[in-house]
Amino acid sequence: MTDVPSPSGPTTGAVDVAPGLQRWRSHPVLLNVLVAAALFGSAILVWVVPRSIIAFMAFQASLLVIYLLPLDVRTKLAWAAVALGVLMPMLGTHNGYYMEVAIQVGIFVALALGLNIVVGLAGLLDLGYVAFYAVGAYLWAIFGSPQAAKFLPIEGVFPLPAPWFFAFLILGLAVGAITGILLGLPVLRLRGDYLAIVTLGFGEVVRVLANNLDKPWNITNGPKGITPISRPPLFFEPALSALGIDAPPSVLYPLLFYFMVLGIAAVVIVINRRLEGSHVGRAWEAIREDEVAAQAMGVPLVRMKLLAFAIGASFAGVMGVIFSAKQLFISPESFTFLESIGVLAMVILGGMGSIPGAIIGASAVTILNLQVLKGLSLWLNELRNSGLTVLGYNLADLPSQFEPAKYERMIFGMILILMMIYRPAGIFPARRRKLETYHRGEEPAA
Amino acid sequence: MDWELLLAIFPQVVMDGLVLGFMYALIALGYTMVYGVLELINFAHSEIFMVGGFVGVEILLTMQATGWLDTFNPFVILIFIILMGMAVSGVLAVVVERVAYRPLRGAPRLIPLISAIGVSFFLQDLVRLGESLWRNAFYLTYPSFAAFNTRIEIAETIDFSVKSVIVVVASLAMLFALQFLVTRTKLGKAIRAVAEDQPTASLMGVNVNRIISLTFLIGGAMGGAAGVLFGVQYNTINPFTGFIPGIKAFTAAVLGGIGNIPGAMVGGLVLGLLEAFAASYLSLLTGGAFGAEYKDIFAFSILIVILIFRPRGLLGEVVRERT
Repeated sequence: MTDVPSPSGPTTGAVDVAPGLQRWRSHPVLLNVLVAAALFGSAILVWVVPRSIIAFMAFQASLLVIYLLPLDVRTKLAWAAVALGVLMPMLGTHNGYYMEVAIQVGIFVALALGLNIVVGLAGLLDLGYVAFYAVGAYLWAIFGSPQAAKFLPIEGVFPLPAPWFFAFLILGLAVGAITGILLGLPVLRLRGDYLAIVTLGFGEVVRVLANNLDKPWNITNGPKGITPISRPPLFFEPALSALGIDAPPSVLYPLLFYFMVLGIAAVVIVINRRLEGSHVGRAWEAIREDEVAAQAMGVPLVRMKLLAFAIGASFAGVMGVIFSAKQLFISPESFTFLESIGVLAMVILGGMGSIPGAIIGASAVTILNLQVLKGLSLWLNELRNSGLTVLGYNLADLPSQFEPAKYERMIFGMILILMMIYRPAGIFPARRRKLETYHRGEEPAA
Repeated sequence: MDWELLLAIFPQVVMDGLVLGFMYALIALGYTMVYGVLELINFAHSEIFMVGGFVGVEILLTMQATGWLDTFNPFVILIFIILMGMAVSGVLAVVVERVAYRPLRGAPRLIPLISAIGVSFFLQDLVRLGESLWRNAFYLTYPSFAAFNTRIEIAETIDFSVKSVIVVVASLAMLFALQFLVTRTKLGKAIRAVAEDQPTASLMGVNVNRIISLTFLIGGAMGGAAGVLFGVQYNTINPFTGFIPGIKAFTAAVLGGIGNIPGAMVGGLVLGLLEAFAASYLSLLTGGAFGAEYKDIFAFSILIVILIFRPRGLLGEVVRERT
């Protein structure tokens, strides 16, 4: 960790986050009791009323409490392990929808962290990030389904057997990185805003290709998409039945995906942390702040930018492989510009260049999309069906167009504008960026 | 290969390319003028264009409902909806600048760009919400005019529809008017001064904020006019129509040299023609393997190639590098 040594003993990682809570630092027992109460209280609540979205949000909020309280890092990690490793799988088995939410959050955390390297650390605005995700997803979708047999003259090999999935995780990583380098090589000499538009164009090109490569050779099956895609083998099933636990695949598959996504997200977080403090991370930040000065100081611009592109793209490639296996079906519809902007909104909301920011931004936006907006839409429907009359207005006449789930663009748009105007550094700003924005007034005009 | 077919469709392809090219040129002006004064890619410009198209269709549908559509001369109606589209889009562009870009002036470059993306998304859904509440549909169709759909026969195998001629003539008129405004009037001189050097321009007594607003007004009005013409030419419009023409028009602006007004016109025409040729001839030349769907890829590839080999565009001057 690269914490600035704090005057009062061990670093906690919360030094910057909630200064108001610092005075509770000398009461660790009290804090731990508080965490336990929040965590188990909300978990029990979810268990008792599994259909209540508010209960599940309380559980999610208790995770945020762990992060914010001034405990030392090991205690925090232990609590997080209890919450994510034990409580969440239990709740997710109880209500499958929450497991789906958790898996999605994990996928987007990894994507946001990948984009955070490119946009947040290196300062290269990539508007076609979802293209790398698409490359990973199509990679497994084509070879993990009968699709490959349609253009390769080999009989009886495809779909590849399920264990190949794990090889394709590595392959997705490599192919993502290679795609990133291939795109990066010609365009990284461009100025920032040109780069943005070229990456956007690249994202569209990948989508158009996926949409049209059903002829002359049927590689992607065009707009119809590819299905069925194989899932990874349930390799732990024999062990479970040896322990006397017999669960149907409909329970085991989400668990498998959950732990896989959790594990990969954890690895991605560790890689991010290590990179941030390394000379590579500092070189990226130097490039972000001033390319000319960075070059003068001996930072190899093109190599460092390529590295950022490749690493960011490789995370997306891996997650793409998992996504296609989880969904069983993919089509070009899943990889639109909206998705790229969604991931960008996560990074910006949390704070560009900040790891906790990217994690919290990804969780917040995914939860907003999957839970809050859907919940509000359901509530609106109930209101309409109730036929109540409020102030002489029959609620059944309420137009269905008001359903908030249909307006994620509007909400992303507002988030982006308001964040840029009022808090460009994000909710949890990166430490260095926070210092910067604090002193912005004193900087000479460019 | 069928050379005769290739030759036979040639004039039609050129006409399609010109129509598309003038449309791109009109939209590209908005990008290039804003980039000239603020060095900002105004991402929301494609939505300003789309709003212009919706203003046109709304007026026409309202007139159709009241029966006025048949009482007036179609050309009078056309001029009226173009002017209304220009007015609404121009004002909208000024409001967007005031709300989403002005507070961010002087911030690092990525910040206003991201805000512009936000505006673009916001406007798309705003129009969608408004139209679906108002008409219960957001894919709208322009009422057709018999007068615009008749075809002018030039030779035995060559004929053009009246509306494509309208698009070309209207665009030419607007491009000339703009060129006159920028190069021959005092206002134009002020715009050029602000684009050149803001602090000096303000020392010379130019009200920089007013000129920036004016730039957005003019660029937005051109975009709005393009939106109406787009609707008249291609008939259907929806809240997400703006995205692809917007990106293409930006490509055209880069192609011609961003910040350069004649460059945007040339770039638009070149891109429109190239695209029309790609759309018609790609499948002929590759024996049907690659169809018209690949014209977007073609346009983006041009953008990348131009940026790599000639980043200042066809007509652009060497721009001072600013970080």
